[in-house]
Amino acid sequence: MFMFEKAVVGSRRYWIGVGSLLVVIGAGFLFYLHQLNYGLGVTGMSRNVSWGLYIGQFTFMVGVAASAVMVVLPYYLHNHKEFARMAILGEFLAIAAVSMCMLFIFVDMGQPMRVLNVILYPHLSSLMFWDMLSLSGYLVLNVTITLVTLHAEQRGVFPPRWIKPVIFLSIPWAISIHTVTAFLYSGLPGRFSWRTAIMAPRFLASAFAAGPALLILLCLLLRGMTGFDVGKKAIQGLSVIVTYAMIINVFFILMEFFTSLYSHVPELTEDFQNLYLGTLGHTSLLPWGRTSLVLMAVALFLLLMPAARRNERWLAAACVVTFVSLWIDKGICLVVSGFVPSPLGAITRYVPTPPEIMISAGVWAVGGLMITVFYKIALSVRQRALGLPVEHGTTPLPVAK
Amino acid sequence: MKITRKRFLELSGACLVALSGREILALLDSPGPSQAGPASAGGPRKRWGMIIDTKKCAKEQGCTRCLEACNTTHNIPAFQNPAHRIEWIWEEPFEDLFPSYETPYLENSRKGEPTPVLCNHCDDPPCVRVCPTGATWKRTEDGIVMMDWHRCIGCRYCMAACPYGSRSFNWLDPRPYIKTLTADFPTRTKGVVEKCTFCSERLAKGQMPACVEACPEKALVFGDLNDPQSEIRKLLASQYTLRRKPELGTGPNVYYVV
Amino acid sequence: MRDRGVIYSGLLIFLGLITFPVWHDMAAGTTSRGPQPILPTQEKQCVAPASYMRTSHMHLLMDWRDAVVRHDAHSFKAFNGKTYTMSLAGTCLSCHTNKADFCDRCHNYAAVSVYCWDCHVDPKLVRRSSQ
Repeated sequence: MFMFEKAVVGSRRYWIGVGSLLVVIGAGFLFYLHQLNYGLGVTGMSRNVSWGLYIGQFTFMVGVAASAVMVVLPYYLHNHKEFARMAILGEFLAIAAVSMCMLFIFVDMGQPMRVLNVILYPHLSSLMFWDMLSLSGYLVLNVTITLVTLHAEQRGVFPPRWIKPVIFLSIPWAISIHTVTAFLYSGLPGRFSWRTAIMAPRFLASAFAAGPALLILLCLLLRGMTGFDVGKKAIQGLSVIVTYAMIINVFFILMEFFTSLYSHVPELTEDFQNLYLGTLGHTSLLPWGRTSLVLMAVALFLLLMPAARRNERWLAAACVVTFVSLWIDKGICLVVSGFVPSPLGAITRYVPTPPEIMISAGVWAVGGLMITVFYKIALSVRQRALGLPVEHGTTPLPVAK
Repeated sequence: MKITRKRFLELSGACLVALSGREILALLDSPGPSQAGPASAGGPRKRWGMIIDTKKCAKEQGCTRCLEACNTTHNIPAFQNPAHRIEWIWEEPFEDLFPSYETPYLENSRKGEPTPVLCNHCDDPPCVRVCPTGATWKRTEDGIVMMDWHRCIGCRYCMAACPYGSRSFNWLDPRPYIKTLTADFPTRTKGVVEKCTFCSERLAKGQMPACVEACPEKALVFGDLNDPQSEIRKLLASQYTLRRKPELGTGPNVYYVV
Repeated sequence: MRDRGVIYSGLLIFLGLITFPVWHDMAAGTTSRGPQPILPTQEKQCVAPASYMRTSHMHLLMDWRDAVVRHDAHSFKAFNGKTYTMSLAGTCLSCHTNKADFCDRCHNYAAVSVYCWDCHVDPKLVRRSSQ
């Protein structure tokens, strides 16, 4: 049913890739066992900075997961046919990203064996409960959609009609998963840098830039390694989406800058000073904040030039810079800056430890493995479908190379 | 038995609603996580509160009797690494307690004066609001924000939500770091969040909290804020007190005489 | 059949693995005698009938846990009318003073690892450390 048999035949390069990912996963797993045994004290987190790399990575990956909507919306809702061959790749990316999110939450928990308590004793006032619901629902939605559409492609027929409303449901659901994650932060009375109404819009804007940027990179990689081409129009269309999302994201950041720096209210200015300006003398976050801003500016500059977007080498560079800048911003700066200063004014330095980094790398490798396996399956189905008569709805005839 | 798919789905839906109807009604009825229910034999609800008189507290320099009393009563571990420290009641420099009243010209005697801080057992606690499992909740019968260490999953959302930094997490197994183990109170295990519980186990036996009892200057006054005749209410009516960060709407119940 | 050798040796290895519990216990000299917890001498009656405790002491402890922690109820009216304070270390271990001779005997035999003792303190540990 899951067509996994298609993932166990592959070239030498495929198996080297899978093998290296398995090694990283194994190493991460061993470090996790150490963490289970010893406690979360193996990480760099502390009484003052009680969330760190794990939750930061979770926050970033929810955004990447939500970004599948940037392909699903134009293709399924507005019938922009150029995204035909990219849609399923975006949905697979969403599945891998959501799985990574759940793994990051799991490794961050102090008592992971009790995680079912969230379902056994649900508390509707807690955003974490709703986050668990929406992420699980999104996972089920995307697994259903990809399974059904890929099966239909394999048989060379149109997918069943009932999948259309399910696909339409995944559109607002994608927005909701990242909004709920933003609410986790923006509803807390005590953390002033998080307590802003623009948190959810900022999250969405940066997600819709970072996720599609990653998808473009994956598609270019796929074409280079296997010859499977999603089409120039799809890549160009997605690059325009990344550009607009990046513009909006930078605009939102500038909005935050203004409110905090013009009002002079210490609660609002302190975090920006620690992240970008260093005027208070606390410098540990400065390199991260400043690099993120510089890279965002570079990314925006590249993306705004149509000539740069059309040249695929420059586009790839722009996507890498986009992804990295937003990964730093959301994966590192956002979470740590909320805890600095502490409620009693203390500045605590947070440095992830090697076990913490290895466990995170292990989770990333799980996502990488999932993407590899899923894309292999999708490609195998598509290669086979090339020989079938033109009846299927989701995959138009391939463009000659 | 022949049945159409449509009819089958209709019947299943009806059964689901019937079965879950009771739960849905209960959910709509419930006021929130504080479902613990009163255990006392009735009578008016209490609202435990505390006054910390900073002037009486500062009389003896370097006194930490309330901290020691709490730490020994509750098997609180002592970690060398400040990142892993567990604090239920601890001391902070006076100027850090009331950031809204920050001043460049603080009274000299107050500068850096160690002042006890603890969980404020707020009227509207954000930590309770965010807990996904109900491992922390506000008791209806006496207002204590309680902890259930059997249920806590260690997500630390409550630590992010608390505006006062009152909560600690067990980053390691605390047992090796406990100086004097007492069997009267359990230790906690690695992976759960803990905080002051206003000595609920002592209150159940009619005793005052350990910190209150241990203070030689009687600087800590503990009582029922709902009882207008209580000592704490009389003291609050007769002198000016401050609470920490009241503008956040949390309704803290620990008052400071400054 | 070319693979006869592989199949027969595979079957032998499987048989060896599947009968592991039998020959391991024989070699280790484990008897089939059940666990023998040492009952307390000063009290003859537990907070519930012994037959109930043998099958369901965990349910009783869970009820006590929820009552004390979540409902602030500390008094337990036993089946015989007596009142007890609901406390693992305070009440249960006041009669079953030796956890190793009582609780651990059955738990070790049944390979049940309870995590109560991660937090709840065995009074014996305290007495030993204060000597």
